[in-house]
Formats: sequence, structure tokens, C-alpha cells
Amino acid sequence: MFDQYLSRRYQKFGRPDPSAYLIKDKTAIAGIGATEFSKNSGRSELQMACEAIIDAVEDAGLKMEQIDGLVKFAMDYTDEMHLVSALGIKDLAFFAECGWGGGACCSTISHAAAAVATGMAKYVVCYRAMNERSGRRYGRVPGVETVMAAPNDHYGYIMPYGLAVPPSWVALFGTRYMHDYNVTAEQLGWVSVVLREHACMNPEAMFYGVPATLEDYMASKMIVEPLRLYDCCVDSDGACAIIVTTTERAKDLKQTPAVIMGAVQGIAEQGEMMTSLYRPKISLLPEVWYAGQELWRVSGVTPKDVDVAQFYDAFSPLIPMQMEEYGFVEEGEGALFCEGGERIRIGGELPCNTSGGHLSEAYIHGMNLINEAVRQVRGTSTGQVDDVEISLVTGGLGVPTSAILLRR
Amino acid sequence: MEYVKGVPLLRPYIDYDNQEFWLAHREEKLVFQKCTYCGKIIHRPKPMCPACLSTDMEWIESTGLGTIYSWTTFVYDRAAYPGIRVPYIVVLVEMSEGVRLVSNIEDVTSEEMYIGMPVEVFFDKVSDDLTLPKFRKRKVKK
Ligand SMILES: [Zn+2]
Repeated sequence: MFDQYLSRRYQKFGRPDPSAYLIKDKTAIAGIGATEFSKNSGRSELQMACEAIIDAVEDAGLKMEQIDGLVKFAMDYTDEMHLVSALGIKDLAFFAECGWGGGACCSTISHAAAAVATGMAKYVVCYRAMNERSGRRYGRVPGVETVMAAPNDHYGYIMPYGLAVPPSWVALFGTRYMHDYNVTAEQLGWVSVVLREHACMNPEAMFYGVPATLEDYMASKMIVEPLRLYDCCVDSDGACAIIVTTTERAKDLKQTPAVIMGAVQGIAEQGEMMTSLYRPKISLLPEVWYAGQELWRVSGVTPKDVDVAQFYDAFSPLIPMQMEEYGFVEEGEGALFCEGGERIRIGGELPCNTSGGHLSEAYIHGMNLINEAVRQVRGTSTGQVDDVEISLVTGGLGVPTSAILLRR
Repeated sequence: MEYVKGVPLLRPYIDYDNQEFWLAHREEKLVFQKCTYCGKIIHRPKPMCPACLSTDMEWIESTGLGTIYSWTTFVYDRAAYPGIRVPYIVVLVEMSEGVRLVSNIEDVTSEEMYIGMPVEVFFDKVSDDLTLPKFRKRKVKK
């Protein structure tokens, strides 16, 4: 009945030739910065944004006056105007903002890379600052006026029924995913447990020193069936900043450049913001699949070349779902791949979310995942994987998405 | 479902493209958009048919019959809508017309829920200005 909507046909022949892709190998991440991650930062998002940017500028070995570009999240309450003013930046040649919640994280890198590759700017900062724990928590219901003032109507079809928070939106996908592929709670539990192990190696993680077992996972409170507390990311206060420049310039700076092989975005047919419920099969994620096809096309590598992955993990089922859509495993085999935890641990076939991810390090809308992917390329992660050549980060999903591939 | 007095339900966002869908509920009708050119039935409402780009659309009344495609049960009050007492169930229903919609199911417990459960629509006038289509389990003749 939906057949004409189901377009798993990647329109390869309509896409530009990879040789036209100016970002690959010519752009790089030269600096990363962050604040501490906490339940209550005790200061403004603007201050945290500034701190993270200063940290990234120092990490790169740059001076603030060299920054000439800035990319923000559309959802961020701070903006380039206030940042220029607070940081004493004199000229800003390039600024942009990226939409769709955590789907924006790798989008910021693609915007910045495009700007430096085309000569619009030299050193572009991408950042995210959020008091998402002590301020407005996404896990709690927004006010009536938020929905009444929505710029489009899609939330209007779910909110009157009480389907009002992100875990419940993902729960509808989760129920069907588990049904379609016989996924068990224990299999999802392994995702949560392994990420906690990784967080326990990372002193910056919110769950550092708080180990959890599969039994703890199974005993954790049910939030919205089938999601338990340990399936949900940790609401956090914090900020991250990342500096993108050309690979040529990055080589003269302080750090080993994390060279960008691909930075892509994706929206697919009938894709919505967390409510893509009207598609032929909701246990598939067409925009993720599409972003993956684009990523492999522009970079010329394949999933088997990837040494370490930071998958956007607002909720644990999203990791196996993405493994399938990025082509690491066959459709329906993601959860099986995670079972027992061996394959996704540091030292496993595909080490995932090696700083603890959103589930256990902090939830900074994907930007802390990018920082970790850069550390893996530099060889400086607390959960370092041996001999990393290629490092993947994926953006928020169930929303218009994005992804980047980095190399040494 | 039990509503909490004094906490209004969040309202749909009604615009040119979807007003027929929402206003039909007041007459206890569930309607979907149908492309008069290619015959495609569509939900959520759109300004044009995504299959053929025709803007020639009509509204058809649904049979009200469907099956459960997915669901979730709210069990933790702090992650639920404060105007509704937990537990409550949100369903994604696949209608006999081939489209899906989000709603609530009543008179069924979480333990009784399963994918494929036959359901039928009923209308709940939750307040003077809001009538919502909701679902009940449907008996199927053997
Ligand atoms: Zn049509």
C-alpha cells in the first residue's frame, strides 16, 4: 500500500561526482574544547559557550582574533552576536545555524568544512551550550504555548494524546523495532551496560565511578514502555566547541589534525522531527540510511574500514538501529550484534561510544561525541582503541540527521 | 483515561492544510485526504499529493477500523503529560485505508496490548473545544 513511498533506491546517478567534493582530506578538526558536564552548571549558557570556545582555541594553539567563522545549533539559546561581543571577536566572516535538535551536531561540521574549503573563512568554531539539566529538560513536558506556537503542525497530531516527551516518541519506534526483529530487553541492556563501562574509564563522564550491570539495567525503572531509565541519556549541563580549518593550516597547529573524509546531512521521504510515524516501516530509518550512503560515497570508504564509532545515543535502541542503517550489520541484526557486549566494547569488532556516550558521559547534543571521535584519532581518549585510522560520528536521528567521518 | 482537572490537554495546531481533519472530529467523523487524480489516501494532511503532486484533493470518511501498529505505555508520571494520569497508552494505528495515526486506546491494559490488535474508533469530547478520535479493542467475527 505504501510502495511508492518506500524508496530505498539511493539515487547515486543523480549525485555529484565524488571528485567534486571539496571537503574530503582538505579540511580538518584542529581543536576541541568543553566545559565540565554536570547536573547544575551554576552559570549561563553564554558563559559556558565562551569557556568551551576558549578551551578549543587554546587546544588548537590559535588566538581568539584568528576565529572568523561560527556555526551554532538552531536550538541553542546563545548566538553569534552575543558570542562576538563576549569573546571580543572583531570580525566574523562566516556564520550559520543548523536545525533539528541533535541532528545538527555533524551538520555544524559540514557547514564549517564547506566554509573553509571554499575560502569563506579560515578558522570556524562549531559549538553547543546547554543547561539542559538545570534549565529546561527535554525529558519533561513543554508548556502549552510551545505547541500552540509551533511553526508547523506535526506535533499537533501527537501532543493531545499525551505523547509529549522524547523517550515516548522513541518508544513507539522501539516497540515496533523490537517486534519486527525479535529484539529483547537484554540485548538493549548490553548497549547501556557497555557504554557505562566506557564512562567508568572517563573521569569527565557524569557516570564515572558508577558502574552498572545487566541486572541493574533490568531492574531500572520503566519510564515509557519499552524504555527503562537506563535506556535514556543523562540530561546534562555543559558546552562543547570544535574548530574546523583546512588540513594544510591544521598541520601547522598544535594538535594532530583529525582530517575530515566526509561530512554529510540527510532528510528522507516523509521524515519528520521525531514523528516519522507514517512511513512504510518505522523500524527503518531512511534518513540515516541515506546519510550513510552519502558518507560512503564521498569518502570512498566502507563500514568495514571504520575503527571506532560514536553513534548518537539519546536512547539505547538507536545504536543497533543505526548499525543496520549505516551498513555495519544486516537489517534486523543490530541488537544481536550488541548482545553480550563483546563486539561493541573497546577491543571489540566495532568499539562504540568510547567516552560513555550520551547514555553515560553527558548529553551535549552530539558535540561531546565529536570531541571523543577526535580524541580517538589523536590517540588521547580515556577509552583509546588501538591504531585508529578511521573514526565515525553520527548525528541525532528520528530527525533530519548528519554524520562525519574522520581519519588520522 | 483519567484527566487531571485544571491541566488542559495540548491543542492541535490547526491551519489551512489540516483544518478539515480536525474540524470533522466535532461531528464525530474521522476523515482522510484522498488525491482525486491518483487515488492515494494521505495522512497527515498536505497541500498536495506527494505521489503525483496534484493539488486536487478530497476528504473521505474513514471506516474507523484499524489495527495496532505500535504502542507505548506511560508508567512514570514525571515523563508523562501532567494532564493525564499514568498509566495511559498511546497507540499508532494502521487504518484500513492504509494510513496511520497516533491516538489513545481505552479499556485495555498494557499487558493486553499486542501489535496487530484490531481496533475501532470512537470519539471523546474531552472539552468544549476539543473532540479526539480514540480507539477501543474491536471484536472480530470468526
Ligand atoms: Zn496523487
